[in-house]
Amino acid sequence: MEDFILQMQNITKTFPGVKALDNVSFDVRRGEIHALVGENGAGKSTLMKVLSGIHVYGTYEGNIVYNGEIQKFRSTRDSEHAGIAIINQELALCTNLNIAESIFLGNEIKNKQGIINWPETYKRTSEALERVHLSINPETKVLSLGVGQMQLLEIAKAISKNARLLILDEPTAALTDDESARLLSLIREFRSEGVTCIYISHKLDEVMSIADTITVLRDGQTVITKARNEITKSEMISYMVGRSLTQMFPRREHHPGEVLFEMKDWSVDHPQIKDKEVLHNININVRRGEIVGIAGLMGAGRTELMMSLIGAYGNNIRGQAYYNGEKIEIHSSEDAIKNGICYVSEDRKRYGLILMQDIRFNVSLPVLQRLSKGGVIDDNELLKEVAEYVTALNVKTPSLEQLTRNLSGGNMQKVVLAKWLMTHPTVLIMDEPTRGIDVGAKVEIYNIMNDLVDKGMSVIMISSELPEVLGMSDRIYVMHEGSITGELDYRDATQELVMEYCTGEKHMNKNN
Amino acid sequence: MQELKNTIRRNIQQYTMIILLAVIWIVFGITTQGVFLTPMNITNLFLQMAFIGIASSTMVLIMVCGHIDLSVGSVIGFCGALIAYFLKFANWGIVPALIVTILAGSLVGLWQGFWVARMHLPAFIVTLSSEWVFRGLIIAVTNSQTIQPNNEAFKVIGQGYLPNIFGADASINGTALLVGVIAIVIFIITQFNIRRNKKKYNFAVESKGLFAARLILLSAVIAVFFWIFAQDRGVAVPLLILAVVILGVSFVSLNTAFGRHIYAIGGNREAAALSGVNVQKVTWILFILEGTMAAVSGIVYTARLNSAAIAAGQGNETDVIASAIIGGTSPAGGKGKVVGCVIGALVMASLENGMSILSMGSFEKYLAKGLVLLFAVAIDEVTKNAKN
Repeated sequence: MEDFILQMQNITKTFPGVKALDNVSFDVRRGEIHALVGENGAGKSTLMKVLSGIHVYGTYEGNIVYNGEIQKFRSTRDSEHAGIAIINQELALCTNLNIAESIFLGNEIKNKQGIINWPETYKRTSEALERVHLSINPETKVLSLGVGQMQLLEIAKAISKNARLLILDEPTAALTDDESARLLSLIREFRSEGVTCIYISHKLDEVMSIADTITVLRDGQTVITKARNEITKSEMISYMVGRSLTQMFPRREHHPGEVLFEMKDWSVDHPQIKDKEVLHNININVRRGEIVGIAGLMGAGRTELMMSLIGAYGNNIRGQAYYNGEKIEIHSSEDAIKNGICYVSEDRKRYGLILMQDIRFNVSLPVLQRLSKGGVIDDNELLKEVAEYVTALNVKTPSLEQLTRNLSGGNMQKVVLAKWLMTHPTVLIMDEPTRGIDVGAKVEIYNIMNDLVDKGMSVIMISSELPEVLGMSDRIYVMHEGSITGELDYRDATQELVMEYCTGEKHMNKNN
Repeated sequence: MQELKNTIRRNIQQYTMIILLAVIWIVFGITTQGVFLTPMNITNLFLQMAFIGIASSTMVLIMVCGHIDLSVGSVIGFCGALIAYFLKFANWGIVPALIVTILAGSLVGLWQGFWVARMHLPAFIVTLSSEWVFRGLIIAVTNSQTIQPNNEAFKVIGQGYLPNIFGADASINGTALLVGVIAIVIFIITQFNIRRNKKKYNFAVESKGLFAARLILLSAVIAVFFWIFAQDRGVAVPLLILAVVILGVSFVSLNTAFGRHIYAIGGNREAAALSGVNVQKVTWILFILEGTMAAVSGIVYTARLNSAAIAAGQGNETDVIASAIIGGTSPAGGKGKVVGCVIGALVMASLENGMSILSMGSFEKYLAKGLVLLFAVAIDEVTKNAKN
């Protein structure tokens, strides 16, 4: 009989309108490194949130059997208490604290009077740091640590709480090769000490080098679990994407014209970390009446690329932008709008809408100057135009005075689109245009995109969903770690091929 | 009926504050045996709150934008000292003195705007600094003496009344009646215009009954106030200035791109910037506007007292901020109406005035003001939650 530290049995987790996990079973042997791979949105993070008690017991179906007992976690504290520690993709550290304070945050070593025992805290901090081979003063501020060191600090924190099952979600996404190698050897070290590890990564090379067992998730279901030596990388890729395109994508024949917009030799440094280049020498263009897709995995730098174009991301931005063959200078969203370029953010609630205001306010916001006569807004004209776009995009709302926070995801996206169409753009950059939207609304958005392109508009679409990229784009760029690794015509593109560029397996500038 | 319910629900916040004001007036009316509600006292009440209301109008927008201005009290005092100095010691005429003082207020806003908008320092700190800096400058300008300008034209700004068309000795002030009638006529005409325009574009308008009821009710309120003024000294100049400022700032906030950008920034700064709003420019202009209104407020205040003392305006920033908050402005930004601050300022002034008539001391006044502020916001919070 095999010794499983964890058995997740028939887990089903439903969000409004979406089945994120569908009857997933996931078994982890004691002391192994078990890799969990899958496309963006395959359900990896949701599964780990169920395990760590972020999605509390009762909000999902199925059982978590840990150390032979069914667990009913009501919070992350419960799962931590049981010895499960999760280290998230986005590090959750209070950067104003020092290392010792940070490691024992919420778990302070106190004497009977409730006063913190600092000597003991620092002693135990040093021990914890030693275990992750981080030779650094425990009084150092977290703020001054590099990303790699912060990662190690998170692990030290988990270990100091006696974690027996360590979950690492994309731990090397932000690390250099050197730092990644050190982290991997550390994880092996922990394995030899009997710590079990669930390792989530998009980097298949890493997975092949470190995992004992590999489980592939796709569309919220377990596809396969295999020992590392029984599976190849290309098999893994085909398990990750193995699904056929449905009729969801209303493919229309477009007739692209001349190049309308172009970015040349675009390089950008990290906004906080000095001299760390995050986007490398990127060249992309879009023609009139064309949909260009930009594919890539999370963290490939696609959003950063477009945000840097409108001056909302990065430092030391180098490169040129051309519109209709003429060089243009864009330093803000305002400049972009003047040049007919709009960026529709992936994060509607944060960057797209003023949630406390109504539809009319949001849709008219970028064009108030145009709708003013002698400095006074012509409210009737404004209402007329807003109503036109809102009706044309089929936003479902009782009135234009509906607060945008009360709208569904699909309607929010349509309101954001209406807002940008008010500026009469010629280049529409859409970042994850259908994220978090139900299927019906998705098709509506696709149809709108096709209509706009038929009218001569150019669309650049960033998408993490491969079927969407393949189904909608005329041409596809693929990004991997801040570089363009491939450019494909949609007729030549297959999910497997795009995924190979996404993972850096294939690179157009390298001969392999 | 359903329509009426919806209208009330949508504007519940404004109504609660109006009800609060009405309750305060009724309570004082009874406890002072009617003294509080005499035409003379009501006129005094408006005279007392006018300068707070003027400064509050732009404070509302500062707070809507997500900032705060703690320096208003000192800037009111500083601008008052400036104009008193110009009139008394520099022997300037009233017109240049007014212009330069108002420009000085704009410069104060330019200075604060530089630090808040351009250098991204928190407004809390920038204006706290100004609070002290300008308190110091008051001492420099006045040389620690109280200045009494004794300029007749200047006094009119703070304590004058429009001349009575019925003659100076008539028992009823005809000018007040005339201004009241004009105000009602303008109000009704604009309301009809808005309604006609909406109909022209086929937009939904409120039902005829509700529209008529609203017109009659608000016209009646205007009529009652001007009738009260008519029985006393008539239309006070500071009240006229307050009305012009409130209507002007309110118009800018509702009907210009600049005004709506303020609400956008306060609602979601990042989304506003990505929608092409020039956050820096808007914030900077807003602070200049705020400084300008503080100067106007300081002029009215100093003219009413005919004196510029070194302690002038001290603590008034709290009244100005409280007026904005009681008037429904959210300290978290994004929400607030300029006209609301008039009600807020009236609530604060009524407490002050009514308790003075009852010969209560500072102890009771501070207690009452503090608790009313707290309960006003608490009621607002409760009704908001009930609505959701």
